[in-house]
Amino acid sequence: MDFGLSDEQQLIVDTVRSFVEKEIYPHEQEVERSGHVPEEVGQEIAQKCKDIGFFASNMPAEHGGGGLGHLDFTLLERELGRGSMALTVFFGRPSGILAACEGEQIERYLRPAIRGDKFDALAMTEPGAGSDVRGMQCTARQDGDDWVVNGTKHFISHADIADFIIVFIATGEEETDRGKKKKISCFLVDRGTPGFEILPGYNSVSHRGYHNCILNFEDCRLPSAQILGEVHRGFEVANEWLYATRLTVATMSVGRARRAFDLALPHAATRKQFGQQIGKFQGVSFKLADMVTDIDAADWLTLSAAWRLDKGLPANREIASAKVFATEMLARVTDEAIQIFGGMGLMDDFPLERFWRDSRVERIWDGTSEIQRHIISRELLRPIGG
Amino acid sequence: MEKILVGLKRVVDYNVRVRVKSDGSGVETDGVKMSINPFDEIALEEALRIKERGEASEVVVVSVGGSEAQQQLRTGLAMGADRAILVVTESELDPLTGARVLMELVDREQPGLVLLGKQAIDNDNNQTGQMLAALWGRPQATFASEVVLNGDTAKVTREVDVGLESIDIDLPAVITADLRLNEPRYVKLPDIMKAKKKPLDEIQFAEMGVESAVPVANLQFEPPQQRAKGIMVDDVAGLVSALKDKGLL
Repeated sequence: MDFGLSDEQQLIVDTVRSFVEKEIYPHEQEVERSGHVPEEVGQEIAQKCKDIGFFASNMPAEHGGGGLGHLDFTLLERELGRGSMALTVFFGRPSGILAACEGEQIERYLRPAIRGDKFDALAMTEPGAGSDVRGMQCTARQDGDDWVVNGTKHFISHADIADFIIVFIATGEEETDRGKKKKISCFLVDRGTPGFEILPGYNSVSHRGYHNCILNFEDCRLPSAQILGEVHRGFEVANEWLYATRLTVATMSVGRARRAFDLALPHAATRKQFGQQIGKFQGVSFKLADMVTDIDAADWLTLSAAWRLDKGLPANREIASAKVFATEMLARVTDEAIQIFGGMGLMDDFPLERFWRDSRVERIWDGTSEIQRHIISRELLRPIGG
Repeated sequence: MEKILVGLKRVVDYNVRVRVKSDGSGVETDGVKMSINPFDEIALEEALRIKERGEASEVVVVSVGGSEAQQQLRTGLAMGADRAILVVTESELDPLTGARVLMELVDREQPGLVLLGKQAIDNDNNQTGQMLAALWGRPQATFASEVVLNGDTAKVTREVDVGLESIDIDLPAVITADLRLNEPRYVKLPDIMKAKKKPLDEIQFAEMGVESAVPVANLQFEPPQQRAKGIMVDDVAGLVSALKDKGLL
């Protein structure tokens, strides 16, 4: 067992850290206050990321991606997690699910996404279908070789900057032992397709500038060729690839928590009250001890889950553990960092209040904490008949 | 020119708050982030730009130090250097011995240009480049903020106390990089993967046939004295009188 980073991994970490500090941090304040990323800023980040060969580093090398393994990519995203998501979204990481592209889809979607010519977004959630994904109302009815789609998706992250969306849609129902169950298919939908609209979503307290959108389908006609994977097998495609988003949330939470800690620690060592540094008060010093322990635990839990994926070991439970622990850790750490800063921590002159707000959504999106606990406990109980 | 030799020193990262070891034997480096000396990184960046302009065909990075300095050389290779040489020694080198090692490497490699950082941020000696030029019997241009090659000569803009000085030097020569010479690039992901396959030769210091300079022993390290608390004065008259009280005026 070796807990050290290889020279290559260290270089990846150092390079991305330096990129985030130089190319992301300087724009954060403006994005946070305006709630908007100027187009040229986003394009510049994407271009610089391409120039250094880090664009689509998670995608297969045979199609022009960086071909990084799960552990290497998790280390990379940990450093990205220090920066504002509204900006780091331009540090291109196409959805891994696109590796399921076949035939013409490879040239139309996979490769343009890897080159950065097209941006993708992923749509599953609906107003009536959050954690209960199978409850989705957005449906496609077959008509000859086409599918006619009607329904609404919401909370679709960065769809505003996407050229195409990977959308999960109900394509029928089947009888099972436990009653009727929807059959789900995964479609590739181009912006501008007739009957398909991308609308502005809601204003969220978390990740300002990283927009969520509403998708409307009204008799939107999609050829069968737009189906990613097999028809009615959308969940198989999702299950094979979507674990990656939970690892992303976990590791970015670790990165952000470290940044909050990096602010809190020197503050405790320099801020004086009652004639001494506040870090000399046990009430503050023990907070720091708990925070760093918490962060390290989440870090190793996340890295070990990624390592399991690289080794081809079962990792579903471990990823769920990493996601729930890292996101709840982030909430504790950002909250305590503000406590150490006192009132100043709540002012938007410092990024702590932002980290605190941003942390809230991490326990909700990409599978709520409750869903993660459900996954973990189910994996424990099922094999013994529980 | 055929070849540029670039020196890379492994130093405590500039972001790290340096601490003296509790026994005073040196600076704490255990578990401390180590990096390429920033001025050396700038020197390497300049060498790579020269090569990319087609004015040199090979960039060789060299370091003198423990085997852990491989990490900094690998970073240099990932930035784009073609090969690396590590002269392995566990002892702390003084600038003259370092310059002698570099001179031996110059003899072996016959570079058309040696690019070094103006100084290393650990001891801030600012001597090695100058000493190497003297040992080599070749021109030196220190504190470079711009380098323009022109066949067998180079026009170098130097940052000196009174401003900028421009000099022409014959090549081969030693040029040392100042902060504003360039901004080093990000390492490219494909190059990180390629760096592992690039040659990194190790030579033991003892095999170099280099004589150590007059030994300089570091006896004791101490952190700087904490500055005494200052006082606030109301006006200039108060300042003058306070200075007089301290016998400083």
